[in-house]
Amino acid sequence: MENIRYYQSLTRKMVIVMILVSFTPLILIAGIIGYSFETSYRDKVMAHLKELVHKHQQNVDGFLHEKLCNIGLIANAYDFGALSNEVFLQKTLSNLQMMYGDVFVDLGVINPKGVQAAYAGPYKLTDVDYSATDWFPQAAKSNYFISDVFLGMRHQPHFIVAVKREDNGVEWLLRATIDFEAFNNLVENIHIGETGSAFILNRKGEFQTNPRIKPLPDRDFFIRAFKLKEPRSMPITVGQDYTSTDNIAPAPKEPPEQETVFTEEAEYAGKDVIFVMSPLKGGEWMLVYQQEASDAFSDLWRTRKLALIIFFIGGVAIVIKAFLLSKRMVQRIEQADREKEMMNEQVIETGKLASVGELAAGIAHEINNPVAIMVEEAGWMEDLLEEEDLKESENIEEFRRALQQINTQGARCKEITHKLLSFARKTDPKEREIHINELVEDIVSISEQKARYGNVKINMHLGVELPIIYASPSEMQQVFLNLINNAIDAIGTQGGVIDITTRKEGDFVIVDIADNGQGIPKSILPRIFDPFFTTKPVGKGTGLGLSICYGIIKKAGGEITLNSAVGLGTTFHVHLPAPEARVKDDAEAREQ
Amino acid sequence: MNTVVLLVDDEVPFVETMTKRLTKRNLIIQTAFNGTDALEKLKGDSAIDIVILDVKMPGMDGIETLKEIKNIKPLTEVIMLTGHATVETAIEGMKLGAFDYLMKPCNIEQLMSKVQEAKAKKAKHETKITEARIKEIALRRGD
Repeated sequence: MENIRYYQSLTRKMVIVMILVSFTPLILIAGIIGYSFETSYRDKVMAHLKELVHKHQQNVDGFLHEKLCNIGLIANAYDFGALSNEVFLQKTLSNLQMMYGDVFVDLGVINPKGVQAAYAGPYKLTDVDYSATDWFPQAAKSNYFISDVFLGMRHQPHFIVAVKREDNGVEWLLRATIDFEAFNNLVENIHIGETGSAFILNRKGEFQTNPRIKPLPDRDFFIRAFKLKEPRSMPITVGQDYTSTDNIAPAPKEPPEQETVFTEEAEYAGKDVIFVMSPLKGGEWMLVYQQEASDAFSDLWRTRKLALIIFFIGGVAIVIKAFLLSKRMVQRIEQADREKEMMNEQVIETGKLASVGELAAGIAHEINNPVAIMVEEAGWMEDLLEEEDLKESENIEEFRRALQQINTQGARCKEITHKLLSFARKTDPKEREIHINELVEDIVSISEQKARYGNVKINMHLGVELPIIYASPSEMQQVFLNLINNAIDAIGTQGGVIDITTRKEGDFVIVDIADNGQGIPKSILPRIFDPFFTTKPVGKGTGLGLSICYGIIKKAGGEITLNSAVGLGTTFHVHLPAPEARVKDDAEAREQ
Repeated sequence: MNTVVLLVDDEVPFVETMTKRLTKRNLIIQTAFNGTDALEKLKGDSAIDIVILDVKMPGMDGIETLKEIKNIKPLTEVIMLTGHATVETAIEGMKLGAFDYLMKPCNIEQLMSKVQEAKAKKAKHETKITEARIKEIALRRGD
C-alpha cells in the first residue's frame, strides 16, 4: 500500500517536473514574442491608418483650398458689375466646368442684402434671398467661406464655397456650389477590410459625407473629440491670411503630423473599434476613419489563433507524453525495485539453504553413529538369543520380532540420513558419469512425498540401454527436481499425473516430464525462462528455477524445450548430449 | 587359525558391542579408540591380520592412519567404515590400498564376509611371499 503511494507520488512529481520544464520556456517564448509581435504589428497598422487618414485629410483640405482659390481667382479677376451679367457668369461657369470637371454645379453673385443678383447653373435661383440662411451671415463676416453640407433650397445635399469682395465700399459675395458626389468620392473610396470606412463630420456631429457604414458611436463622442483637439486645428485660408505665418507653403498650413491625426479606441456593441481622426477645414470638420479592431488586426488575430491552437495541441501532447513517459519510467523503476527485492530474497534464501544444509549434514552425521550403535546392540541381542538357555523362553519370537524391527527402523534412519547428506552436500560442478535412469529414480523418490500431498501420481517410463551422460550430478539433480516440483505445482491440489519418460534420440538422451496441470498461457511462454519471471505470488517463487535449469542444460550442451496447452498440461523436454564416440573412448580408456 | 582383527573407532560403545558380536563369530578382536593407539597396537602385535578402521575420528583420522598402517605393515588388510558424507574419503582410502569400505551402520554378515575375503587375500599374499622366500632359499642353496 505504502509502495503504491510512493510510486504514485513519484509519477506525480515526474509529471509535474516534465510539464513545468516543457511549459515554462514555451510560455515565456510565446508570451515575449507574441507581445512584441502584437505591439509592433499594432503600431504598424495604426501608423498605416494614420498615414492614410493624413493623406486624405491633406487631399480634402487641398480640394477645398483649390475650390476656394478657383472662386477667389474669379472674384478677384472680375468686378461685381461684370459678374452680375448672367451671360458672363454662365460663360465663367462653363470655363470652370471645362477646366475642373463637374465639380462646380453653379455660380452665383450675392449682393450685401443677401439676394442673389446673378445665377448660372441648372436651377432657377436668380433673386433668391439668402439672408435668412444659416451660412449667409457667416459668409458675410469672412473673406473666404466654406459651408457645411446642407440641403438648401434645391433639397439636394451640397455645400457652397463663397468669396467676399468689396467694390467701391460695397461688399458682395461670389458663391459656388460644389458637387456633393465629387466631394463624397474623396473620402468614400477609403475603405479597408470589411468594416473600415471614412466619413466627414462637422462640429455638430452632422455628416458631411455619406458614410458607407453607419458609425457606431453617437454624436457626443465626436463632439467630445472635437473639443479635445480644438486648439490644434488650423484654418484654411487663402492669400495673406496664411502668408503672414508661413511664406513658402502655398497649401493650407500643415501642422505637425501627430497633432493633426489622432487615434481613439472604444468599445461598441461588444466590439473594439478603432477611430483615426483628423481635423479638416480649420477644425470645423473632422475626417473620421472607423474600423473594427478585429478587422484591422485580422492578420494578427489569425496568427494569434493559430499560435493558440498550436500551443493548445502542443500542450495536450506534452501533458499526455509526460503522463505516459512518467508512468512507463515508474513502471521500470518498480520492476527494478521488485527484481532487487527478489534478488535480496534469493540471496537470503540461498544463505538460509546453505546453513540449513550444513546443519542437516552435521545432524545427519552425528545421528549416524548412535544409530549404528543401536543397530549393533540389537544385533548383539539377536546373537545372544541363539544361546541355548534363552531359546526356551516363551517370548523368544517376540524378542526376535522386536529386534528385527529395531534393525529395520535403523536401516530407515540410515537411509534418511544418507539422503539428507547427499542433498546437503555442496553443489559440485564436476562432470561425472550419470545413468539417467538412476538419477530420475532418485529425484522421483525425493519428490514423492510432496507429490503425495498434492495428490499427484508420478509414473516413470524408463528407456532401456540408455547411454551414459556426462554432467554434474548435483546440477542435474537440481534441474530435474525443479522441473518435477514445477509440474507438481502446476497440477495444484486437485490431483493429477506426471509422466516421466527417458529415451534416446540420435546423440541425445531425452527426458520428458509431462504433467496434466493448468498449462502455460501463450502470452507468457516467451518469458518462461527469463530470470525473475514468476507467476507465483511474491515471496513464494523467486522466478529463478527455470532460468537456472536453462543455464545448466545449455552449459551441458543440451537443450530444454516445452509444449504447453492451457487446461491440458505442459511437457518439458530435456535433451542431454550423450555422444557415442565419447562413450567408446571411455570404454577403451577403462580397458587400458 | 583364528583371524585377528583390530577394531578402531572413537565410539566406545560401538567398539564394545562389535567386539562382542565379532568374538562370538570366532574372530579374535583387539580394540583401539584412535589412530595413534591403533598404530601402537599394530607395532606391538604382529598377529593382527585385518584392521577395521573408522574414517571419521578425532585427532589422527582414518586416512592418515591407513597410510601409516600401509607403511608399517603392508600386508595387513584394512576395511574402512564410513558415514555417507565421507564416501569420497573412503574412495580415496581404497586408492591408498584399503581392501574395501562399508557404510555405517553395517550388516554384521556383510562385515563378516568382507573380513573373510580380506583374510583370504592376505593369506594368499603371505603364501606367495612364503613361496618366494622358499624359492629364494632354494636358489641360494642351489648356488
